[in-house]
Amino acid sequence: MADEEDDIILSELSDEELSEQMQDDLYDGLKEEIEEGVNIFLERGWAPYDILTKVLVMGMKTVGDDFRDGILFVPEVLLAANAMKSGMAILRPLLTETGAPKMGKMVVGTVKGDIHDIGKNLVGMMMEGAGFEVIDLGINTDVDKFLDAIEKHKPDILGMSALLTTTMTYMKVVIDTLKEKGIRDELIVLVGGAPLNEEFGEAIGADAYCKDAAVAVETAKKLVSQAA
Amino acid sequence: MSISTRKSDKNRSRTGVVACGALAREVLALQEQFGADKYELKFLPAKLHNSPHEIPQAVDDALSEIATRCDNLLVGYGDCGTGGVLDVVVAKHGATRIQGAHCYEFYLGVAEFTAIHDEEPGTFYLTDFLVRQFDTLVYKPLGLDRHPELLNDYFGNYTRVLYLSQTTDPGLVETAKHAAHRLGLRFEHRHTGFGDLESAMKGAA
Repeated sequence: MADEEDDIILSELSDEELSEQMQDDLYDGLKEEIEEGVNIFLERGWAPYDILTKVLVMGMKTVGDDFRDGILFVPEVLLAANAMKSGMAILRPLLTETGAPKMGKMVVGTVKGDIHDIGKNLVGMMMEGAGFEVIDLGINTDVDKFLDAIEKHKPDILGMSALLTTTMTYMKVVIDTLKEKGIRDELIVLVGGAPLNEEFGEAIGADAYCKDAAVAVETAKKLVSQAA
Repeated sequence: MSISTRKSDKNRSRTGVVACGALAREVLALQEQFGADKYELKFLPAKLHNSPHEIPQAVDDALSEIATRCDNLLVGYGDCGTGGVLDVVVAKHGATRIQGAHCYEFYLGVAEFTAIHDEEPGTFYLTDFLVRQFDTLVYKPLGLDRHPELLNDYFGNYTRVLYLSQTTDPGLVETAKHAAHRLGLRFEHRHTGFGDLESAMKGAA
C-alpha cells in the first residue's frame, strides 16, 4: 500500500476516492496526509462536521474494530489516533464556528494515583468526534477536581479511567461522594480501563462499564438519549 | 513448563506452585533454598501480561492440573491487572496468592509499595526479569523500536524508572539505567531481594 500511496496525489482524487484514501491513511497513521486531506476537503467546501464524521470517525471506527478483533495492536492504534488528532486540530475551531450539532457534555479524567491516559485520550477523542463536548481533567484526578469540574461545566456524563488494580477502586470514592452530595442521579457515570469489567462497574455504582472507546461512544449516545 | 511430575500419594504433601514465568528464576532459587522435594512448580508464559484477561483462565487450568497431585496450592502472581478475577480462581481452588497487585508490589511489600507509589505515581517499575527482557516485553511490544515518536504517548506522564533488584548484579543495574535513559526517565535503584515471594514460598513449604 505504501508504494502505491507514493504515487497518489490527494488533490486529484474525487471526494469519494479521497475519503477512502484518507481512511486508509488514518489506518496507517499518516499524520501529514490526514492534514492535507482535511484541508483539501475544506477547500472543496465540505462542512467541518462532515469531514469529521464521514471521514475521520469512520476511519477510526475501522481502526477500533480491528483492534478489538486482534488485527491491530496498541502502537498502530496510537499512530492512527495521532493522525486523527492532527486532523481534528484543524477542524476543532471550525466546528464551533459552523455550529456543529452537540450531543452532550462529558467531563473525563484518569483517577487519583494513576497516570495512564492512552485509553482516556482515545475515549475523549472519539466522544468529541461523535459530537460531545469533552472536558478532559487529565491524570491523577482526585474527587475534589472531579466535583469542581462537575459544578463548573454541568456535564451530562462523567467518565473515569484507570489502568491499575490499585487505583480503579478510587472510582467508587468519587461515585460515593456524588451520592453524598446528592448529585449522583444528575449524571451518567461511565467507567473504563484494562483491569475493569462489567461486574466492577456495577458494584461501584457506575451506569456502565465501557470496554473500549467505541463502546463508550455508543453507550454515551444511548444513555444521553434515554435521559433526554 | 512443568518441573517434576511424580504422582505417588506421598507427593500430595508437596506444595503446587503456579507462577508467572517472570518469577521463574526467583522461584527456582527459593525452591533450591527451601528444599527441591517440597514443591512442584508450573510456570506460565510471562507474555500473558500483555493480555491480562487471559491470566485467570490460564491459572485456572494450571491449578486444576497440578491439584491432581498437590493439596497445598500457591499462586505466584499479583492481581496483575485481572481486576480481582484471578482471586476468584484462587478461591475456587482453595489456593493462596501472594498479596499485591503486581510482582513488583510483593517484592517491596504492600505497605512500602503503597508509600512509594503515593509519593510518585509516575513510577515505572523494573525487576531483574524485566531488565533482562526489557526489549522483548516492553520496548518492542510497545512498538518503540519501529515508532520512537510514540515514546511520549506511553511514557510522557512517567517521571522515573525504579529498578527493584532481586539479585546483586552490577551488569543488570547498568542495563536498567540504560533502559531508563531510553525511556527518557530518571533512574533509581533499590535492592529488595525476593520480598514477600520468599516468605510465601517458605510458608507454603
